[in-house]
Amino acid sequence: MTTRGKTGRRLRFWTGRIVHMALVVFGIAVVNFFLLHLAPGDAAQVLAGEAGSATPEYLAALRRQFGLDQPLPVQFVRYVGHLLTLDLGFSFRHGLPVSDLIAQRLPATLLLMAASIGFAVVAGSALGAVAARHAGRLADTLISTLALLFYATPVFWIGLVLVVIFSVGLDWLPVGGMTSVEAGYAGWDHVRDVARHLVLPAATLGLFYLAIYTRLMRAATLEVTTQDFVRTAVAKGLTARRIAVRHVLRNALLPVVTMLGVQVGSILGGAVLVETIFAWPGLGRLAFEALFQRDLNLLLGILLCSSAVVVVVNLAVDLLYTVLDPRIELAR
Amino acid sequence: MSLVEPIRVVSLPGRSGLAGRLLRRPSAVAGLALLGAIVGMAAGADVLYPADPLDMVGTPFLWPGADPDFPLGTDMLGRDIAAGIFHGARMSLLIGAVATLVSLLIGVGVGAVAGFFGGRTDHALMHVTELFQTIPPFLFAIVIVAVLQPNVVTVVLAIGLTSWPSLARLVRAEVLRLRDGEMVQASIAIGLSDARIILAHVLPNVLAPIVVSASIMVASAILTESSLAFLGLGDPNIVSWGSMVGSGREVLRTDWYVATVPGLAIVAAVLALNLLGDGLNDALDPRQNRR
Repeated sequence: MTTRGKTGRRLRFWTGRIVHMALVVFGIAVVNFFLLHLAPGDAAQVLAGEAGSATPEYLAALRRQFGLDQPLPVQFVRYVGHLLTLDLGFSFRHGLPVSDLIAQRLPATLLLMAASIGFAVVAGSALGAVAARHAGRLADTLISTLALLFYATPVFWIGLVLVVIFSVGLDWLPVGGMTSVEAGYAGWDHVRDVARHLVLPAATLGLFYLAIYTRLMRAATLEVTTQDFVRTAVAKGLTARRIAVRHVLRNALLPVVTMLGVQVGSILGGAVLVETIFAWPGLGRLAFEALFQRDLNLLLGILLCSSAVVVVVNLAVDLLYTVLDPRIELAR
Repeated sequence: MSLVEPIRVVSLPGRSGLAGRLLRRPSAVAGLALLGAIVGMAAGADVLYPADPLDMVGTPFLWPGADPDFPLGTDMLGRDIAAGIFHGARMSLLIGAVATLVSLLIGVGVGAVAGFFGGRTDHALMHVTELFQTIPPFLFAIVIVAVLQPNVVTVVLAIGLTSWPSLARLVRAEVLRLRDGEMVQASIAIGLSDARIILAHVLPNVLAPIVVSASIMVASAILTESSLAFLGLGDPNIVSWGSMVGSGREVLRTDWYVATVPGLAIVAAVLALNLLGDGLNDALDPRQNRR
């Protein structure tokens, strides 16, 4: 394979990806615009947050600014124009531009997502591998039953039960929030404080996905174990441990990574519930607040931004594939 | 939030064979029994609890078992929790089933058309599918319900509109496989219309994976509905398991049973449908029977 061919393919991959991302963002803009016009009342009222806080003069200015007196296609072009300049509008409830609000809240959500996915993948893969090694025996039955139960349990209910047990009952972990504000920790104490606050929300959000990864890893391990290359590895006298890690685990990880890409969107949805329960100051909590303040414009901005996160994570998953399995090449 | 596993099915086996194979699987039997119990609760709700479950009928904060008249206790307003669970079963099943129907109509329609016609149609439809897969489904459902005002119809629409993409992909893949087969080629040769070929010859052969997906989709629709209701995005005039958990949250510190009991009902319903889906998947796929 020549270097040039490889570079050409890379280039095609990236241009394809960028075009694809642009199409997706455009599509979401269409959906958002449609939703904005579906809402009762005119878009100026929606944009102003239906708060009644906006003066008639302000509404008139908004209508002019957004060209709401113009025909729909013109309005749409303007709307996309605003999006292209990252102008998602203004939230009157918060007194801040929507993009600023989202930028403030996004890191907390990313931290929560990373922690819960990390927990789910690591614990789920381990449990799945253990279940597969003991397939059909007690350990397998126990793990599989537990996975089945977690898979059927609503995220918000798990959150409440964990609060009842670990915060109210045992008083081990904080009920909510991200930091102990009154303590004013700094440095490592701050990190430890945030980590303590993170345990319950991350576990709550992670348990559902833990169930998925357990089932997936169990099936994948069972499947890989029967492959010829594992038999070869056994035949050439590798230790069981080395076979498990280098040959079985590495190959069984591929479907786990695939699932990760598929699940990002649903994890972001789950974050709304978890952040609402634990008062975690992220995008989901912001969405919940926007919902109750009927700040639809903010809500639509969050939807757009979350979709962008999904696109970016999927790109990362594609890149991760090529690392896990060098046979896979980047392609459109 | 659906886990649609890859399903490799050729055709629906005979009815008795299917029932037999399903009943040989203990998990499927457990799922069927549990689902039967919940359907029974939904059907018996009006007979056992004829009053409006939102009525305040007893002393507030009766713990489960404290009063034989209210076996599951009462909530902070003195509403009978058992009555709420029975009536909630009806709403959950109804919303789950109708939302899945909406999702099936879109998903099967898009998948069949894309797979059968291929080319540009396929390309365009798959772009739309991918778009819907990119937008976080639950967040999307929240926005739809929030924009349209929460009631049963908008909740059903929101769940249906956000849960079809994976089904569309599944159906498309199956149809693609069948399209170049002899049966479809023969149908084209004898001059059948496209619609007739799709409806009478292609779809019946993709029925098995659709049936399996449908039972898992009802489960996740019930989860989504309860999550929306928990956030306060349910029909305010209807009792729902999710809204019961949501209102119980306010008294979590002292009377945690108010929030936890209805949650168990959700777990039972979702578990039943997932078990049934797994059982159907195994029973419909002869190749997996060796396991």
